[in-house]
Amino acid sequence: MSKGRFGEHGGQYIPETLMNAVIELEEAYEHYKNDKEFNDELTTLFNEYAGRPSLLYYAEKMTKDLNGAKIYLKREDLNHTGSHKINNVLGQILLAKKMGKTRVIAETGAGQHGVACATAAALMGMECEVFMGREDTERQALNVYRMRLLGANVHPVDSGTATLKDAVSETMREWTRRLSDTHYVLGSVMGPHPFPTIVRDFQSVISKEIKEQCLAKEGRLPDVVMACVGGGSNAIGAFYNFIDDSSVKLIGCEAAGRGIDTFETAATISTGSSGIFHGMKSYFCQDEYGQIAPVYSISAGLDYPGIGPEHAYLHDIGRAEYVAVTDDEAVNAFEYLSKTEGIIPAIESAHAVAHAIKIAPNMSKDKIIVINISGRGDKDCAAIARYRGENISE
Amino acid sequence: MKISDAFNNKKAFIAFITCGDPDIETTEKLILEIERGGADLIELGIPFSDPTAEGPVIQAANERALKNGITTDKIFNMVRRIRDKVNIPLVFMTYANVIYSYGTDRFLKTAAETGINGIILPDVPFEEKSEFSVVCEKYGLDFISLIAPTSKNRIETIAREASGFVYCVSSLGVTGVRNSISANVADIVKHIKSATNIPVAIGFGISTPAQAHDMASCSDGIIIGSAIVKIVEKYGRDCIPHVYDYVKEIKQAI
Repeated sequence: MSKGRFGEHGGQYIPETLMNAVIELEEAYEHYKNDKEFNDELTTLFNEYAGRPSLLYYAEKMTKDLNGAKIYLKREDLNHTGSHKINNVLGQILLAKKMGKTRVIAETGAGQHGVACATAAALMGMECEVFMGREDTERQALNVYRMRLLGANVHPVDSGTATLKDAVSETMREWTRRLSDTHYVLGSVMGPHPFPTIVRDFQSVISKEIKEQCLAKEGRLPDVVMACVGGGSNAIGAFYNFIDDSSVKLIGCEAAGRGIDTFETAATISTGSSGIFHGMKSYFCQDEYGQIAPVYSISAGLDYPGIGPEHAYLHDIGRAEYVAVTDDEAVNAFEYLSKTEGIIPAIESAHAVAHAIKIAPNMSKDKIIVINISGRGDKDCAAIARYRGENISE
Repeated sequence: MKISDAFNNKKAFIAFITCGDPDIETTEKLILEIERGGADLIELGIPFSDPTAEGPVIQAANERALKNGITTDKIFNMVRRIRDKVNIPLVFMTYANVIYSYGTDRFLKTAAETGINGIILPDVPFEEKSEFSVVCEKYGLDFISLIAPTSKNRIETIAREASGFVYCVSSLGVTGVRNSISANVADIVKHIKSATNIPVAIGFGISTPAQAHDMASCSDGIIIGSAIVKIVEKYGRDCIPHVYDYVKEIKQAI
């Protein structure tokens, strides 16, 4: 088995042209992850720039309303740029800078990772090119403008289904064209080794904080930690420091779209099978001949036909549970959290909120659930309004 | 028939086409005419929905073929129909998932039975190859290794375990026609040859007879894909005489 395996998943299924680049990245990461100066710099960026630690907020009204488990929200939506994506981006761009790179490239779906990347590139003086499916540039025109405002070039991608998976493919192609000065800032816990490990490590600050904060507030660990899963970076970040705590149940919420019994779904664990794509072995939505399926979710950030290899492994060994949440349930939860707590969650995060609404009432009042609110929902307001039949534009 | 036959006392011309573009009947005719035009080996591309190593020309060919309903089984059937009529080696070029999802053993066993001689997987580097190459060996297929301009310190390791021929990638980036090809490809070929006796063919970016001549003069053969697929794209089902003429012209140039 090659490097970067999580059980049978992971690996490095990429063109030979990229191999020395990922080896160089792995070596640099292995060096800097234990380097005090690097870690001090990153902690300063997290605390002084991104606004960490993010709050662990007791959702008292939601708890009372559901009349079951006590609910806490991990407020990654309060980070600078509005989502957990900034954690990974600051880490990777700082690493790229140490490696002497002057240019970063990135894929983006809804635009959250692209905006975070453009932000960190502006801060650290790097050239930034973002690849985004043509369809997504139209659905998320405001984020395209934000990236351009921050100094990035946005390249609409027309190939394939013109969505997130095609943006990833096109960024990989761009990396094979220009490697020497360029780092690919992959946005999720996916792709070839070492990306799933690097992204997970930078996102694991989420579970490190949840643990400390929950111990400080409750004197014990939570019973359930839950998060939405597309590629799975916010979820792995929220899970990672609890993996060895077997009393903590970990739940990933996938996007079922219009339902897992329809073709309009992006629920990889529920409907996918083992495959090799985008540099990794993992689970993918695909047909019997291994052609990657066009997937669908109301949430552009979860609209991806695969899942990170570490999640595939946590599923295989039964350490984490993966459930599917439909568009309808997510939209209801989006509105519910807004009205109940005055917090508008990203439609991605609303998938996790929706599942909490299902399970919390059946749990006793001494149980604790932590929901990772991976991002804020301002970006989704126009789309949700349209979903409800109100024709507003951004 | 072996892959080495393509290189016997001559510079090999390796032609690539995407199976099922525009339809499988045309592919079948193309194989026969490409051989008649003088090609020494044909790479048959099995379409994949997301071909990350391909430029726009071959990406579009994959999309056309899949849209027209091509499948791995239909391609196997086509190879079964024509194998006896074709006297040059045939290799499949596709992506790891096409083989893995079919069942690696089942796919490679069937490929060998239909008379395929080797496999090229651009998304399977040296580190991941054993999953496929061990099964290839079992069925007598060559697992073709690729070496890129960025391979550097990896060249000898890859070349020593190479089988069939070494696919030397001429340039950075993805497949597609290029106006000029970097000069140091000759040095890379020399480096590869210091580590292995098997033939080295250069691919990526070659389209004109002059480029083909130059690249063939510093290696054992050349691979042309996008330039042929472009002709197929332009003429559709009527592409066959045009591809034949092109293949003949390239063969004469090398």
